Amino acid sequence: MATASALLDWRDRLLTALPPPSGSLASVQQRGRLALAALPLPHGRQEAWRFTDLAPLADLPPQPAADNPAPIDLPEPTPGVLRLLIPAGTPGGDPLEGVALPPGLSRLSPLEVEQALGHTLGATGCEHDWPVELNHAAAASVLALRVAGRARVNLELVIQAAPGLQAHRLLLILEEKAQLELSQQQQAVPGALCSLVVEAHLGRGASLMHGLVALGDPQAAFLAHLAVEQEPESNLQLVCATGQWGVSRLEPHLHQVDGTARSVLRGLQLVDGHQLADTHSRIRFSGPEGQLDQIHKVVAAGFGRSVFNGSVQVPRAAQRTEASQISRALLLSDRARIDTKPELEIVADDVRCAHGATVTSLQQDELFYLQSRGIGHAQAANLLKRAFCEEVLRELPAPARAWKPLDSLLAER
Amino acid sequence: MLLEIRDLHARVEDKAILKGVNLTIRAGEIHAVMGRNGSGKSTLSKVLAGHPAYAVTAGSVHFRGEDLLALEPEVRARTGVFLGFQYPVEIPGVSNLEFLRVATNARRQAKGEEELDTFAFEDLVRERLALVQMDPAFLDRSVNEGFSGGEKKRNEILQMALLDPLVAILDETDSGLDIDALRIVASGVNQLAGPDNATLLITHYQRLLESITPDYVHVMAAGRILRTGGKELALELESRGYDWVDEELAALELA
Repeated sequence: MATASALLDWRDRLLTALPPPSGSLASVQQRGRLALAALPLPHGRQEAWRFTDLAPLADLPPQPAADNPAPIDLPEPTPGVLRLLIPAGTPGGDPLEGVALPPGLSRLSPLEVEQALGHTLGATGCEHDWPVELNHAAAASVLALRVAGRARVNLELVIQAAPGLQAHRLLLILEEKAQLELSQQQQAVPGALCSLVVEAHLGRGASLMHGLVALGDPQAAFLAHLAVEQEPESNLQLVCATGQWGVSRLEPHLHQVDGTARSVLRGLQLVDGHQLADTHSRIRFSGPEGQLDQIHKVVAAGFGRSVFNGSVQVPRAAQRTEASQISRALLLSDRARIDTKPELEIVADDVRCAHGATVTSLQQDELFYLQSRGIGHAQAANLLKRAFCEEVLRELPAPARAWKPLDSLLAER
Repeated sequence: MLLEIRDLHARVEDKAILKGVNLTIRAGEIHAVMGRNGSGKSTLSKVLAGHPAYAVTAGSVHFRGEDLLALEPEVRARTGVFLGFQYPVEIPGVSNLEFLRVATNARRQAKGEEELDTFAFEDLVRERLALVQMDPAFLDRSVNEGFSGGEKKRNEILQMALLDPLVAILDETDSGLDIDALRIVASGVNQLAGPDNATLLITHYQRLLESITPDYVHVMAAGRILRTGGKELALELESRGYDWVDEELAALELA
């Protein structure tokens, strides 16, 4: 088992192994590396890392991933959806090279990238988080896209994996009333440390439907920040599913800058064996009449460990906010552990904020009902487990569903 | 002889509920078990189906000569024991159609019949839907999720029609039904009853027995069957109420 000092050593070896800062993100890399060298490693005495130990990262190769993506079986592309394959390693090719972009989708200019990059991370207050600085230190490029016009843009990103650290960065600017449906598949191989930072800015009335399926490996880790700023009347639906990672930490950070926007969050994380999955979500309403509808679900088996922390901030300016946060955990083993914490900070007085958390095992009445119809115990338990997960997965965009995420996440071995 | 219950005692947690039930059911018969709330009627049905919360402490149940109590709930169902639930369970996320197909195939396999694929099953289910006048839209929903009380009970009878049981135990199938739904459910039960199977109706009211004529009526109280008669016993209960039951029980206690 790796220790804290092993992780320090790992970090130092990683910083040495990184190539000299270069390319359009050279200055970001420079700052990220300085920050990484100076920041304390996340540890259990920090509230945000109380239950999540990153020590297993020290077992991963402390070097950038080589550009040798493992071969993957891709399902048929969904008609009308642009699929981009993102190679694992640095520097990686340009995923847009030779690709005809659909109407409404364009690449941001270098100047626009310079102006916009990091803005949403700052606005959501996570630009100095350790996983973000790790991404800053290593990301070689950013996929920066603008969505404009009335036609809905359908995009699928498949991020491949290789052993070592791979840092991917995505910047999305949705203009007024633009619509984007984004399916994102994060792959894994043993030894991979997959770092992902997404920034999205939703203009007035814009709509982003983002499905992220991160299918891991017990010898791999996933660290992701999804930062979203929402202008009034914008709609965000973010559906994330993770499973099988040795360690995964997912942090959606949302900011409704002037209220009257709608955010729907759906999360599903599965742990088995000695895996650990952590979701820290944070949403801040800075204006009135914002809406949040959040459901986070967990399936914990084996010696697995699940952490959920859901922060909702409703300051005085956010009158008539309607927020609902539900956390539901299915505990399939008495050796698994679930920590779940809603964190509602409500200052405004005219709001409707609801939250609830349940941890249950499979319901005896449901099992018995299925058994009383001739369905065996194991099959009945499996049906119920699948149903529990389906409630989240059915909200994924069609291209993400084409990967049959339920079968892969449950990996019925 | 389909079902033979001898001196059955059962408890839930630490509470003894069944205290010596005797009942014999033959092919072609319809039995009704009546009694007040708490008399043990529903417990009897759950014990027969194998609910894990109920422990049998004494007695025996034989189904076609086989020890029923030794079988897992799913095996009981596959061999032809069906329980229609008083409160059918809602299972969000499990498709009703898929559930019905898996259940039907489990029973067919036990009968030595071939499994039905999705298409063959759809044909069968559509034919059986007519029996309970159920809207096919309910097939595409999750099991019982958001169904009204009447729709849930129709879904139970639909399952009974698909599983083709030898002994169907219907636990308060009439409760919570309006008169139209009751008529539909009763007509479904009547059409499914035949010379080779048997039905055990558990009910609080005589109302259901206006549409389904039982061969035997049993009155249950304090965990046993107090009296057995023909269909006229149900009418007698309707006119006299259950107060006489207390007197008979008191007399029994004295004896």
